Amino acid sequence: MERRDFIKIGSFGLGAVAFSNPIFNYLSNSVVLDGVTQGGGKRIPTYCEVCFWKCAAWTHLNEKGEIWKLTGNDDDPHCNGRLCPRGTGGVGMYYDDDRLKTPLIRHTVNGKQEFQEATWDEAFNFIAKKMKKISDQYGPECIALFSHGSGGKHFGRMLKAFGSTNITAPSYAQCRGPREVGFFATYGEGIGSPERVDIRDTECLVLIGSHIGENMHNGQVQEMSEAIDKGATIITVDPRFSTAASKSKFWLPIKPSTDMALLLSWIHVIINEEWYDKKFVEKYTFGFDELKEHVKSFTPEWAYGITTIKPNIIRKTAKEMANASPSVIIHPGRHVTWYGDDTQRLRAVAILNALLGSWGRRGGFYNPEKKKIAKLDIPKYPTPSKTWRDAFPGKYKLAGLALASGICDATIPAGDRDCSFKAWIVNGTNLISTLPNQANTIKAIQNLDLMVVIDTMPMEITGYADVVLPECTYLERYDNLRVSGHREPTIALRAPAAEPKYDSKPAWWMAKELAQRLDLSDYFPFEKEEDELDWQLKQMGLSLEEMKKIGLKKYAREYDDLYPLENLEDYEFNTNTGKIELYSTAMEDEGYDPLPKYTQHEEPPEGFYRLIYGRAPMHTFSRTANNPNLTDLMDENKVWVNPKVAKEWDLNNNQEIWLENQDGIVTSFPIKVRVTERIRWDSVYMIHGFGHTDKRLTRAYGRGASDAEMITKVHIDPEMGGTGMRGNFVTFLTEAPSKGKS
Amino acid sequence: MRYAMAIDTKKCVGCSDCVVACQIENHVPTGFCRDWVIEATSGTYPDLSMEFRSERCNHCSNAPCVRCCPTEASHIVEGGIVLVDADQCIGCGACIESCPYDARYIHPEGHVDKCTFCIHRVEKGQNPACVDVCPTTCMYFGDTDDPNSDISKLLKKRKWKTLIPEAGTDPNIYYLI
Repeated sequence: MERRDFIKIGSFGLGAVAFSNPIFNYLSNSVVLDGVTQGGGKRIPTYCEVCFWKCAAWTHLNEKGEIWKLTGNDDDPHCNGRLCPRGTGGVGMYYDDDRLKTPLIRHTVNGKQEFQEATWDEAFNFIAKKMKKISDQYGPECIALFSHGSGGKHFGRMLKAFGSTNITAPSYAQCRGPREVGFFATYGEGIGSPERVDIRDTECLVLIGSHIGENMHNGQVQEMSEAIDKGATIITVDPRFSTAASKSKFWLPIKPSTDMALLLSWIHVIINEEWYDKKFVEKYTFGFDELKEHVKSFTPEWAYGITTIKPNIIRKTAKEMANASPSVIIHPGRHVTWYGDDTQRLRAVAILNALLGSWGRRGGFYNPEKKKIAKLDIPKYPTPSKTWRDAFPGKYKLAGLALASGICDATIPAGDRDCSFKAWIVNGTNLISTLPNQANTIKAIQNLDLMVVIDTMPMEITGYADVVLPECTYLERYDNLRVSGHREPTIALRAPAAEPKYDSKPAWWMAKELAQRLDLSDYFPFEKEEDELDWQLKQMGLSLEEMKKIGLKKYAREYDDLYPLENLEDYEFNTNTGKIELYSTAMEDEGYDPLPKYTQHEEPPEGFYRLIYGRAPMHTFSRTANNPNLTDLMDENKVWVNPKVAKEWDLNNNQEIWLENQDGIVTSFPIKVRVTERIRWDSVYMIHGFGHTDKRLTRAYGRGASDAEMITKVHIDPEMGGTGMRGNFVTFLTEAPSKGKS
Repeated sequence: MRYAMAIDTKKCVGCSDCVVACQIENHVPTGFCRDWVIEATSGTYPDLSMEFRSERCNHCSNAPCVRCCPTEASHIVEGGIVLVDADQCIGCGACIESCPYDARYIHPEGHVDKCTFCIHRVEKGQNPACVDVCPTTCMYFGDTDDPNSDISKLLKKRKWKTLIPEAGTDPNIYYLI
């Protein structure tokens, strides 16, 4: 028996406490009444937690005072009063009756591991005791926090106070990290979220594997629609005929994994034809001559052989971009961890934008402004004696944030490392689905002394936990103010529209209770979260009461520099040379390529197809797969297969098949075939986030298949440790695999 | 007055926000919907085109569902909105058979249900929920009898089509193409 059996079903042992009798009567002064009695509207402000875009919204109550619907806040630039389908369906998170309902602690009874219901007191005492023991034995740094969502801020405060800065989110090394590093190396600034792209005013939008409209990053989808209205040219590079491709003047159906060749060729054409913004390049950039020399041989004819994109189309699209310059965006994308040379590919994107003079210009990249929030009066955090970086000497030197995959790897003991991670606190991220190579993740988990999972839903990761803490949904709690950088700075409030269902609790309260038991109460000086918020708001001349009425406060910009380079103003960039580094001295200093190179990537073996995965507009990763409103829109994924391939394999629409990858891993569940012209013959496509294996997710269990399961081969980005996940290949099994095989 | 909807297929991304917003606004039971999204792809890789359409009851000026209803539960109100009176409906399904757009379903409570153009909102001067939620603002609602309404101006300016015009139902949902 493994130390940690995956506890699959909710056959809990005898509970210590009934749901209806929570020990802590949180929210004794009913916050709901606030909203109900407020003049007429019966709406309570929040910001959405269904994805990271965090649109400011209103929770509307029905006549009975129950949560009815959600609508966008008109003043919010993230949503402009219109939530996306996930935001609209966010009520389903609250009403989902498969939610985690009470704290659970793993016990072994007669040799069988099971969860037993626990009181919050028991759960916190258990965790605190283990944390102290780990800290005494190995140091507090051996405890890591994985989070994706608002609760992470509170657990992060608790953990930093305890002495660990190993706080990570898969949104970095599994997603946008290479983009931030590539742009930082070029401009001395990253892209951030929401992306600083001025799509609203652009004349030419170039999307490379970025499927806006299927990734429902709200404000960005809205602006693309506005750009279409205004007649902007869209150029989409994608092996799949994406929604965005269908809106494009040019769709370049590129051979997967060859994007770098296309980018280098575009750079070649723009330089050779002298279509670049000469004044901009001369004034702001460093290393133009080296770049020119570097791309000399990357002709469209060269790229044609690699990308299958015809030379005249490469020239024509380059000309379209140049015509629109500087009002052009080569979009940096978001999920960019594809092939392991992703930082370099994003460098090429950054360089192309610089040549076209789009940085800091209208219709290109704007300069976001953010409001400063008063810091809490809490003691200084202790300085940890080690961090995750110590596990990777000489590697990933440009990583700006902690690597979720790195901490996972550094949890598996290694001979040359004096200490591995011993405890994980996991909040709002289903690491089984999020990190590549599930076997590796599970191996790491088996080496932990403690794993605490805080979630609203019984996601797979909870099945491996020692302690599961049921978090209430965003509609039932306060959280930190949303402080976001945009064309104009805004702050937004999240306030509860109902009391937490079952025995679930807000993350802030959990973090404070844990901090108390770790003798760190000083870091949570306020008794209630609303007191903390009120204090912060009062420092800005606002109050909680006022924010509850408006939900969102928009400020005028303090600095008149939305487009700081519009008229070739003097500007010093935060790089070694003070210039936009076409030739990166930072890369060179660390021993990486100062100019991006094309690398040929592995191709699918005979009978296999490259696995491409992506998003559906009504789902956020695996997080929404059980949401009753959103599963009603889409309750399973299908594998997209080109008709030629379908014919060869004799596959029909809706036929159930299994996928097997290059390492012999077979999907846990069958997936239905979708025969469609929208995908290339050398690839298959599926929506991420399906194929759940936890039966407690009654709507999601066994629906579709998991792409994450198929991602066992990872190409690590040497600059920043990103996990390239598009180098996996699958074939089709039309018969149910025998049980022994996996 | 003639209420109508124009939906810009050039902007629609097929996200289904209109569907979920309608379901929640109108308490449509899970598993049913009053509006839905069609993805229509044509061509062969890589010469492809694709259209998304948010579809619903067409509130036809010549509505077969109203003509065939034996109890007059299906009726037309001011502005041309086709409604079903749930109390009068016997759930016979004749209207479902007659509708060329497949826009009606039997509600679990036994009566026929369909899009109402959110008449409860329209009466208050608001747009239908689907129109107000659409992130791409691809949907427009208004009075086509008023030549100065936004929708009338759009229909003058843009190319459009209606669905199954050969059915002769004189539909009031327009697709901008």
